[in-house]
Amino acid sequence: MNLRFAFVLAIGTVAAMTAQAQTVPLEWPKSIEAGSAVSVPAAGNGKAVLYIVGPGQALRHEVQLGEPIVLAAGELHNAGHYGAFLVGPTSTQAAEFDVTPVPQPATLSFLAKPSRLPVDLHDGISGVAYMFDAFRNLILAPTQVSFELSEPGETAQTHTAATRHGVAWIRLDSAPKSGAAQFVARAGNITEKRVVQQVPGEPCNLRMSARRSGSQVELQTEPLRDCKGNAVPDGTIVTFIERNEGTESTVDVPLKRGVAQTTMPAEDGATISVATGVVMGNEIRWRQ
Amino acid sequence: MKTSWPIGALLGIACLILGGLMVTGDAQPAVTMANPDSVGPRTLEPQTRAAVVRDYLAAWQSLSLALQENNPNLLDADFTGIAKEKLSDTVAEQQKLGLKTLYQDRTHNINLVFYSPEGLSIQLVDTVEYDVQVLDHDKPQATQHIRTQYVAVLTPTEVRWKVRILQSSPE
Repeated sequence: MNLRFAFVLAIGTVAAMTAQAQTVPLEWPKSIEAGSAVSVPAAGNGKAVLYIVGPGQALRHEVQLGEPIVLAAGELHNAGHYGAFLVGPTSTQAAEFDVTPVPQPATLSFLAKPSRLPVDLHDGISGVAYMFDAFRNLILAPTQVSFELSEPGETAQTHTAATRHGVAWIRLDSAPKSGAAQFVARAGNITEKRVVQQVPGEPCNLRMSARRSGSQVELQTEPLRDCKGNAVPDGTIVTFIERNEGTESTVDVPLKRGVAQTTMPAEDGATISVATGVVMGNEIRWRQ
Repeated sequence: MKTSWPIGALLGIACLILGGLMVTGDAQPAVTMANPDSVGPRTLEPQTRAAVVRDYLAAWQSLSLALQENNPNLLDADFTGIAKEKLSDTVAEQQKLGLKTLYQDRTHNINLVFYSPEGLSIQLVDTVEYDVQVLDHDKPQATQHIRTQYVAVLTPTEVRWKVRILQSSPE
C-alpha cells in the first residue's frame, strides 16, 4: 500500500472517528414489524439527515429536529438488522434495531421430491416447506405446517411439523397402490399442492410359458405385477434369452397389455430364460 | 539539523493507518464453526460442509463489494433468488440516494442447522460481527459496530453453493 492511499484511508477514518466521538444514542424502537409505520420523536433543533442502512434496505430522509421522524407504512419492509443514524449539525445519534417478519404466512415455498417413485417405499417422499410473509421475509418464529399425502379412495397420511428457522420438513412412505398422489403443505390459510406419481415397483414372480409354433417356440409371460399387485406399466422391457451349445440369442420385448411375448428358434436342448430389470423369471429347457 | 518526531505523533499516525485498514477491510474475518448436533434428514459430509462455509464467506465479500461500489453485478457469483433480488434493490436504493455502505465482517460463528432430504438446500445460522460505515456522496457520516445473527439458506448450482436467503434475526 502506498503512503498516499494510506493517507486517504486515515483521513476517512478520522472523519468517521470524529463522527463517532460525538455519537449519542438515538431513541428508536428495538423492533419493528415489517411494513409498519414508524413515528419517533427527534430531539434538538435544526435540520438533520436520517440514514437507515442494512443489507436489506437503505433509506435517507431529511428531517426537522424537534418534530417526529415518520416512516410510512411499507417503507421498511425487509426483515433484518439495521443501523439508524441521525446526523445533525452538531452531533450524530445512532441506534440499532430489527425489522421482524410479519407472523402471518403469505407464501409457502414447497419442495416435494421425487415427483415419481415406486409404490410402498419407506420414507421415499420428502417435503420441505419454507414460509414467507407478504414481503418475502422468511418467517423465523416457529409455525405449524401440516403435510398431507392423499390418493383418491385411500386414507390420507397427515403429519404436522413446526418450522425451525423458517423451515419445516417431512418424510413419508409412498402408498401401496400406484397412481397420482396429492402432496399438500398447509400453513394458516396458505396451501401449496404437488403431485407425486407413484408407479409400480419391480415385478414379482416373473413367469413365462412356451409352446411350439412350427420351427419356432412362442414365449409369453403371465401378466406382470409388482409385489403389491399393481400392474407393471406397458413399455417395461422384458428380455428373453436362449442358450444352446455355447450360443446365445437375446430378444428385448416391451410389455404390451401387461404381457410380453416373442418367438425364438425351437432348438432341442436349448435353455430359455426371462428377466426384467433386476428380476429373474423362470427357466425352460426345450425338448423336441 | 536533526529532527526528532515525538513518540505521541508517531503513535497517532500508526493508529490512523491502522484505523483506515480496519474500516476499509483488508483483514480477514475470524471464523469459528459450531459442531452441529444434527442437520436434519440428510448426512452432511465434511467436504460439503467446507464448500458451503467457503461459499457463504465468499458471499459476504461479494455483498460488501457490491454495496461499497453500488454494483449489483458483483452479487451474481454468490447470490440467487430472493437474496440476490433484495440485495440488488438495496444497491439500487443506495445509488438513487447517493449512499454507499462499507461492510467489514470481523467474526463469524457458523452453525449448520438443516440439510434438506434431497440435498437441494442447506441452512446455517451465523452469529456475525461487522462494522458498517455510511457514506453520503462519498463523505463518511457514521460508523457502527454490529453483532447480530443471520440465517442463510444456500442452494447448489453448477459449480458452487449460492445464497438464496440471507436474513438477520434478533439473537
